[in-house]
Amino acid sequence: MKIVIVDYNVGNINSVFFALQRLGVNAIVSDDASVITSADKVILPGVGTANFAMQSLCKKGLDKVIINLTKPVLGICLGMQLLCEHSEENDTPCLGVFKHKVKRFSGTLKVPQMGWNTINNLIGPLFENLDESAYQYFVHSYYVGLNSQTIATTNYLIDYSAALQFENFYGVQFHPEKSSKPGSLILKNFINL
Amino acid sequence: MALTKRIIPCLDVSGGKTVKGIHFAEMVIMGDPIIMAKQYAIEGADELVFLDISATIEQRKTFAKLVSQIAHEIDIPFTVGGGIQSISDVEVLLKAGADKISINSAAIKNPQLLTELNKQFGSQCIVLAVDAKCIDGVSYIFSNAGKVFTGIKTIDWVKQAESSGVGEILLTSIDHDGTKEGFALELIDTISNAMSIPVIASGGAGNAYHFKTLFASTNCDAALAASIFHNGNLSLPDLKISLKNNNINVRL
Repeated sequence: MKIVIVDYNVGNINSVFFALQRLGVNAIVSDDASVITSADKVILPGVGTANFAMQSLCKKGLDKVIINLTKPVLGICLGMQLLCEHSEENDTPCLGVFKHKVKRFSGTLKVPQMGWNTINNLIGPLFENLDESAYQYFVHSYYVGLNSQTIATTNYLIDYSAALQFENFYGVQFHPEKSSKPGSLILKNFINL
Repeated sequence: MALTKRIIPCLDVSGGKTVKGIHFAEMVIMGDPIIMAKQYAIEGADELVFLDISATIEQRKTFAKLVSQIAHEIDIPFTVGGGIQSISDVEVLLKAGADKISINSAAIKNPQLLTELNKQFGSQCIVLAVDAKCIDGVSYIFSNAGKVFTGIKTIDWVKQAESSGVGEILLTSIDHDGTKEGFALELIDTISNAMSIPVIASGGAGNAYHFKTLFASTNCDAALAASIFHNGNLSLPDLKISLKNNNINVRL
């Protein structure tokens, strides 16, 4: 099994790599199109800002590589947002796999949302054996609303998507690599897809 | 269900060991940081903070190595800080696997650093640590591990830091730190209400009731404590159950 973590100068690549290592998986960290294309599973991590991350992906020519992948892909946090159509963060056009817009939280609560929140209404194999309302670690200022591709929900001021799926593409708004046992179960489920 | 209040054990590290000082002085060795951190993660710590309080460059190198070891072994988020001076210091620690870095004196000396760190790494991983002390009824910030009076009002400093793109405030009351007599409720409430970013309260935790009072009477997002956990005076599971029973939303 060849698991590739896409390397495009964002923050949490090592965290994802170490989390997989704790599951006994030695992932490959790469920005090489041929390595990514030949992977069994691809993880698109992401901590940082949407415009900077998109620029970095495009500069490496990885935008087209990612959208054409046919094997399971998991976008994490900003990685999930980049798989959407557009982000309000610096008005950034994104990859467009999920036909949704990424919006900024507005209202009375503190932004970023930082900490542990529950994920609910879990659908599909990514959440196999995971308890409904399991806690996951979130750090984000932007979100994707509920839609037909939502496979998990959460609430911070409003109900929104904790996870999305379209065909072979999965996205999670939280950080499974930092979410203790419930998080590593999700990574394990992704590896086993 | 909603976002939970976070409980954060803090490990002061010097020469590879966890230590604890009272009123920012008198260090006592508490144990091995990795073993302690793992245990806290298992017991339900929501995050961990590791502060490097080493005096020498040689010990600082040990710390970067330790950070990498922590990142390999710990499956919850952790922040590292202590003596961070520059963008390259931050880069080393984030590359080693820290989720967030906390910065204190260097930002006071050069506030522009906060803007630069935000630009380069994003606000979510930049925590501003603030050591505050009350003088004649006004809270001021102190630099250099609480030793140097800056003349800057705490409220002015955190406001400025927020607009520079800091992601979170770690607010320590020097007056309360190590006393085990409860948190600086008034200060914490004032600062939390003035901020639109999360605030971690630190200094003064002595028992579960102090945490309950903190969350019931202020708008803060997290509580940090050290010796109370290290000494075994209060276990994380007991604390969290007690908070839950008092209708404070925590992760169990």
